[in-house]
Amino acid sequence: MTEILSSPTWLWLLTIFILSVFVGFEVISKVSSMLHTPLMSGANAIHGVILVGAMIILGAADNAVQALLGVLATILATINMVGGFVVTDRMLEMFKGRSKSPAVKEEVQR
Amino acid sequence: MTRSEWIQLGYLVAAVCFILALKGLSSPKTARYGNFIGAGGAILAVVVTCFYPNMSNWPLIIGSVVLGTAIGVPAARAVPMTAIPQMVAAFNGVGGAAAALVAVADFRTHSNAGWAVALAVVFSTAVGFISFTGSCITFGKLQEIMTTRPVLVPGGRFISFGLLAALVVLVGVVIGTGSVPALAALAVVGLIFGVMLVLPVGGADMAIVISLLNSFTGLAVAASGAVLRNTLLIVAGTLVGASGALLTHLMSQAMGRSIGNIMFGAFTSKAVTAGAGAASDRSVRTGTVDDIAILLAYSRKVVVVPGYGLAVAQAQHTVRELADLLESKGVEVSYAIHPVAGRMPGHMNVLLAEANVPYEQLKEMDEVNPEFARTDVVVVVGANDVVNPAAREDASSPIYGMPILDVDAAQHVVFLKRSMRPGFAGIENELLFGDKTTMLFGDAKDTLTKLVGAVKSA
Repeated sequence: MTEILSSPTWLWLLTIFILSVFVGFEVISKVSSMLHTPLMSGANAIHGVILVGAMIILGAADNAVQALLGVLATILATINMVGGFVVTDRMLEMFKGRSKSPAVKEEVQR
Repeated sequence: MTRSEWIQLGYLVAAVCFILALKGLSSPKTARYGNFIGAGGAILAVVVTCFYPNMSNWPLIIGSVVLGTAIGVPAARAVPMTAIPQMVAAFNGVGGAAAALVAVADFRTHSNAGWAVALAVVFSTAVGFISFTGSCITFGKLQEIMTTRPVLVPGGRFISFGLLAALVVLVGVVIGTGSVPALAALAVVGLIFGVMLVLPVGGADMAIVISLLNSFTGLAVAASGAVLRNTLLIVAGTLVGASGALLTHLMSQAMGRSIGNIMFGAFTSKAVTAGAGAASDRSVRTGTVDDIAILLAYSRKVVVVPGYGLAVAQAQHTVRELADLLESKGVEVSYAIHPVAGRMPGHMNVLLAEANVPYEQLKEMDEVNPEFARTDVVVVVGANDVVNPAAREDASSPIYGMPILDVDAAQHVVFLKRSMRPGFAGIENELLFGDKTTMLFGDAKDTLTKLVGAVKSA
């Protein structure tokens, strides 16, 4: 019912999983430790993509129990994803360099 | 191309966006842009999913997404920066629950799809629900709805082992028989286990727990992806799971402890904390605000070491005021940030960024340590364990081996502390009694405000 897409084998899924582990390690090892909190919050938002799964479940639900679980999952996943990206953006917006701050520039010029 | 292929292609683009989002975080210059790309990828993924074959229940889907947005966005906008750790925990918890619910809801569909799918279902259910209740307890502790200290339930260790054993048995039963009641029981055991996992952890260690649970949710999402055979969920979940695991490892290294010790240490560490604080009747040198103000105003190089106490006192704006004032007097000021300063890794950087400190002034431990020898005054605000030389010198100390900021190399060290009470690790800091050290007792924000006033007139 929910696997109408061309069905990948479990071995293929395992391949994607293993490669993703290495990509994850690789990308994170380059993250500045200054940004570890936005990193966690951003990673948090990314796993909010479980919303896709929740929508698929809800879209295929044909009984009340599945629909209920689907609705709950969709609401929670949306909170996770949307909230995660918004709060990460708020944090990153604050990280400003010296040169960008106009107040400091004026002081230097004086 | 078939519709299915278009959808797969959309998912591939979204996955690349997520990788770019994480990659952007390698510098504050590209980080915000990266986050936009990540959000774009997420939107693309949702839009593409709308074209899944045979989707129905549109009113429910749209209603749920609207409701979730209506809850998530205002919460994310309103949260103060000091409360970011509990907000991250909360978002993480609901994500974990969502992943588990997806796996549970789809279980029946796959009841004869083989052991690989069943394994993914039980993994996502158990780990997702553990992450959910674990995050709830984390939220409660950080929000100070409950105590922030480790909570030890009598016989907690046996309960935890019992739950773990039950988990293993139920996993076997569900995979073997495809029984729905067994899956429900597994969910319940997972929920209780999440509580038991986080209860005995407290204080500064909560930072590690947030990171660990983040990793758990990522892995649960990946497992749900395996259940649905959805490659995007596998990639995104695994990225987060792997990065969370690595980050957890880095953090515990920065605390000089193993993850096992942090999660289960409260059961064994009683002997260490007992008797702490007894030796504090030794004499220390207490300074006045005016002395310190003159010392600071006539220095060439000052380094501020902000800690947990600064975040608690919400003194980050006042610290910035003091730093600006000193800079206007020609003093070179920077901030030395220990990797575990604040309430979660990197939290101190966010708090200081909020107080408009330019990120060039924020120095990481490896970068700042060689500079202490050339530093006139180090001002330690609400930190203790991260500057304790015992971590370097005393092999019998419980924090021995933890990387610290070598502030004892500087000419003068000024401690802004509430009292002589030892830090979270409950160990005496010899540096407090050193002859280069001056103590300023009181609330960090109060003392800093007075210092600002005194430096102005110095």
